[in-house]
Amino acid sequence: MRRQLPLAICFVMGVSMVVQFFIPHRVSQEFYRTILDWYRIVFAFSLVLGTGTLIKVHWAKISKKSKGWQYSIITIGGLVFMLAVGFITGIQEGTLFMKIFEYVEVPLEATMFSLLAFYIASAAYRAFRARTVEATLLLIAAVVLMLGRIPFGYYLWHKIPGIAEWILTNPNMAAKRGIVIGVGLGMISTALKIILGIERSYIGGGK
Amino acid sequence: MSIVDRLKTIDRRIIFVAISLAVIIPLLFPIGLPIMVSPPAQGLYDAIEELKPGSKVLLSFDYDPSTMPEVYPMNLGVVRHCFSKNIKLVGMGLWPTGVLLGQEAFELLAEEYGKTYGEDYINLGFKAGGIVVISAMAENIPETFPEDYAGTSIEEFPIMKGVKNFDSFGLAVCFSAGDPGVREWVMIAHSRYGKKVGAGITAVMAPAYYPYLQAGQLVGLLGGMKGAAEYETLLKYKGTGSAGMDAQSIAHSLIIVFIIFGNVIYFIARRKERKKV
Repeated sequence: MRRQLPLAICFVMGVSMVVQFFIPHRVSQEFYRTILDWYRIVFAFSLVLGTGTLIKVHWAKISKKSKGWQYSIITIGGLVFMLAVGFITGIQEGTLFMKIFEYVEVPLEATMFSLLAFYIASAAYRAFRARTVEATLLLIAAVVLMLGRIPFGYYLWHKIPGIAEWILTNPNMAAKRGIVIGVGLGMISTALKIILGIERSYIGGGK
Repeated sequence: MSIVDRLKTIDRRIIFVAISLAVIIPLLFPIGLPIMVSPPAQGLYDAIEELKPGSKVLLSFDYDPSTMPEVYPMNLGVVRHCFSKNIKLVGMGLWPTGVLLGQEAFELLAEEYGKTYGEDYINLGFKAGGIVVISAMAENIPETFPEDYAGTSIEEFPIMKGVKNFDSFGLAVCFSAGDPGVREWVMIAHSRYGKKVGAGITAVMAPAYYPYLQAGQLVGLLGGMKGAAEYETLLKYKGTGSAGMDAQSIAHSLIIVFIIFGNVIYFIARRKERKKV
């Protein structure tokens, strides 16, 4: 029963949603709206579940004094503190919550992401090598695109931005379309496998 | 150790210092390189230009502080454009942090253009659920967002009078740094409900969205800091996008020099090794 019931719910709901999509009747639309409400409620619970899991994992690290347990204190402390500040002061402009967001979170996240520039530069020097024909083509395309994305490229040769745009709108787009269509077909086949009960890993493994 | 070997194993800190200087110096001493406007940026600008004063645009702030240097200038540009044309703005977010950044953009420009919260613009806040939130909005916005980001009922705001679903908007613009974001807006708002959708995204995401642009599923696309700088050029003002382009130009050029230099060293070293053999 523990396996059959979820499989039955999945099959009924999956088939219902597919059928509903093609029926513009009022009842069908109302059904769709109800499902959307349900989905949002379920999603809200998943946020609670996620927060609970986060606390559980980090609490376990603190209890066992695992490697880096001090960071877990900061994680849980930050979570509790921001929740409390948000509830007490609200999240409007000028509140403590917004000040912490603007002067702590924004610079921290921006700093973390900006470190990428240094690693890209280092990797460009050390790893981006024209070892094979494919790697050479990739290298040339990358250099042209990088030049095409900056005003300097135009001054170097006025046709570079046009070539960069051509790379984006032709070879890039052809490859991208292929990938998107492939992913789409993969999603349909996976969805069908789940609806028909062939793929059951989401209920805890097994065949 | 030969010069080639030394260059092959160069201390990465030297590269880090070089890239720091390449970014910092142009920011302190701007060069003012002219910026050419590309068709995707022009497309978004034209779509907003076509709207009549008083019409409404829906803005979805689906990014976070890590991508702020790229996406926030676009956000500012579009808000500035809409405010200057007396277009009303309704903001919301599929990312929690994006909502606060969008609010910052609103507050920053509302004073400059004399706009009032609740009359000329509103922020509906974050709603979890990604694609489902967009689907729910297409059916009923007041039910999906009964309150604004600060918890006030939307019925109290004149801007929300008569707003039922996507039909109330002339255009939807998604500022995105990942999923959920532009793809979901195209899938639901455009493909299912026929709404015009524009996008502002990070440079690394841009190549992935060209198929949507060519298929007409996006009216326009701003890609990375260049997209922001192009939009600022169209609006005839210099913002952080334009200022950042100088730094980006030098940094990109330096990375290209690193690539070429690294490859020259690699080929010299390879030739030496082959001679030894």
